[in-house]
Amino acid sequence: MATFLQQLINGISQGSAYALIALGYTMVYGVLRLINFAHGDVYMFGAYMGFYLANNKWIQSNVGTSTAGAVVVMVGAMALSAGLGIVIERFAYRPGRSGARFTLAFWLGIVGAGIGHLVHPSLISLAIGALGGILVGVILEQTGLRPVRQNSRLSLLIIAIGVSLVLENGGQQVFGVDPKFFPQIISTTLWHVGELTIDSQKVIVLAVSILLMLLLNLFVKYTRTGKAMRAVSFNLDAARLMGINTDRIIALTFAIGSALAAAGGILVSLLYPKIDPLMGIMPGLKAFVAAVLGGIGNITGAMLGGLIVGMAEVMAVGYGQSTYRDAIAFIILILILLLKPAGIMGKGVVEKV
Amino acid sequence: MRKWIYWLVAIAALAGLQASLKGLIGAYNYQIVILVGINIILAVSLNLINGVTGQFSIGHAGFYAVGAYASASVVFYGGPSIRAAVAFLPAMAQDGVLLLMGSFAAAITAGLAGLAVGIPSLRLRGDYLAIVTLGFGEIIRVLILNLDVIGGSRGFSGIPQLSNFFWVYLAVLITIISIHNLVHSSYGRAFVSVRDDEIAAEAMGVDTTRIKVMSFVISSMFAGIAGSLFGHYTMYLHPNSFLFTTSFNIIIMIVIGGLGSIEGAVLGAILITIILEVFREFGAMRLVNFSILLVLIMLYRPQGLLGTWTLFKKRDRAAPAN
Repeated sequence: MATFLQQLINGISQGSAYALIALGYTMVYGVLRLINFAHGDVYMFGAYMGFYLANNKWIQSNVGTSTAGAVVVMVGAMALSAGLGIVIERFAYRPGRSGARFTLAFWLGIVGAGIGHLVHPSLISLAIGALGGILVGVILEQTGLRPVRQNSRLSLLIIAIGVSLVLENGGQQVFGVDPKFFPQIISTTLWHVGELTIDSQKVIVLAVSILLMLLLNLFVKYTRTGKAMRAVSFNLDAARLMGINTDRIIALTFAIGSALAAAGGILVSLLYPKIDPLMGIMPGLKAFVAAVLGGIGNITGAMLGGLIVGMAEVMAVGYGQSTYRDAIAFIILILILLLKPAGIMGKGVVEKV
Repeated sequence: MRKWIYWLVAIAALAGLQASLKGLIGAYNYQIVILVGINIILAVSLNLINGVTGQFSIGHAGFYAVGAYASASVVFYGGPSIRAAVAFLPAMAQDGVLLLMGSFAAAITAGLAGLAVGIPSLRLRGDYLAIVTLGFGEIIRVLILNLDVIGGSRGFSGIPQLSNFFWVYLAVLITIISIHNLVHSSYGRAFVSVRDDEIAAEAMGVDTTRIKVMSFVISSMFAGIAGSLFGHYTMYLHPNSFLFTTSFNIIIMIVIGGLGSIEGAVLGAILITIILEVFREFGAMRLVNFSILLVLIMLYRPQGLLGTWTLFKKRDRAAPAN
């Protein structure tokens, strides 16, 4: 019984981290009907941003390494990741929707920066390369090379896979291939309750996740922007006709989702401090499973799905089936989808003929 | 009669190339050519599900793995007795018999796996189906990882090398011709009708469920054969060769080439295999450029490189997916 309770605690904290990532998947899916495969890599990015902020001398000396420091690291990483989310949306997904400008300039800028760095590994040649790439991109765009409006969901999915690959490979390039160790930004205490050992880190993970989810729920339910978000997710075209700036709402959705993923990244890094550029792949996939499990597009469903997946995984490991760990989430998913094809909280879509 | 002559010529040409190719292009390029062939089979077969039938499968690597392991175990464990049964044949023909038996077993097991995945597709659509196929692929991989009799996490080693240029490209020919003929038959029109409008197809009397399951089973069988050829070429199998990233690569091939077109799948398989192989020698930065190229192609040419272009202009091809 004590083992079970112990595993339950581990499961809830692991699950709440999955839930945070799953929220981003489900929100983006809600507004764009897109499986944003790059989301798991945003989670990785968030963890790295946390790592660099926590090791930043200025923050260490001016804010300190106490709770305030941890909050600054967390909020900073969330803000940076939100920025990344907006950039991804603007240059990878929006061009296919409404032909956004400077798309080519952006991507060629990255290519140029890479080439510049390859020619001579210094910041100046990197900047020159980036400027060259941007210039070529702008000129090509002036000649009439514009992104094509996307009709196919599959090509949008390939774009998502492409962005995910850019982040993974770019992460290996920028952050280095070797794993890094996430600093203990919050000191650990162990509480003993009867036979149970409760790790304060796990409590923090749980508390922060619940707080963030609560804030998200309040935001989506009770603010005007939240209402607009729900409207966009209900019907994008109708929302635009009602005067909602849909591009802005979609960007905001990406920002919030990415910030939550970053929070998840930092919280998980508190529990498992090893971070590497490919760390987002598996959690991203499982969080996506969690989102589908709960009924994709449904915020409460994503939280529930995250808890179920996290719990099942921890239980499987705790009861000696650790080699099956990566399969557990999918097995549950398939079982639930066989019973409820739209997920636990998802509403079945009535097909119009 | 003429058909048979074509086949004889093709087989003779393949055999001739088999004898001379390695010397002509070197061992490294030869290996890339083999990989290209295997990926063509994978891409053309996945194209049947994603391009022609309009279903959304992102777990092709699972069937590929099932085929690879099934064939490898048949040959590894049953090899000596099969060889004894056909001992009167020369050694090369014995290898051929073994490979055929292995590939047959691969096709059957992978087909059964396809049936198992196809059945949930009766109820699921779009992204839900996608994630279930991805899930099946991962479950298969984890199961293999835990099966000690086929190597588990150590990998399956000691597989005899049986496949070569001749067998791989013979399988490529058979795959392309079978799927081409299937798509252009009345059955094939049923596949396309499910993609274009499932409800209308059902109203016209197409058994959409059956068609969907059929597309999964047929496609999986070819993926299984590809797996068999892969295992008997590399002589070593590890579950990590069949990660979902492998499935993603196959999808990238068919979408880059032009979804729904066999020519596109072939072109995509050739391009992506070569690009990935060439980039392997350089570091992550080149891979970043590859992924950016991927994004840009999709943004500026979402219909794929070939789009609606087709090699056989006169025949009506299966209309491109949209």
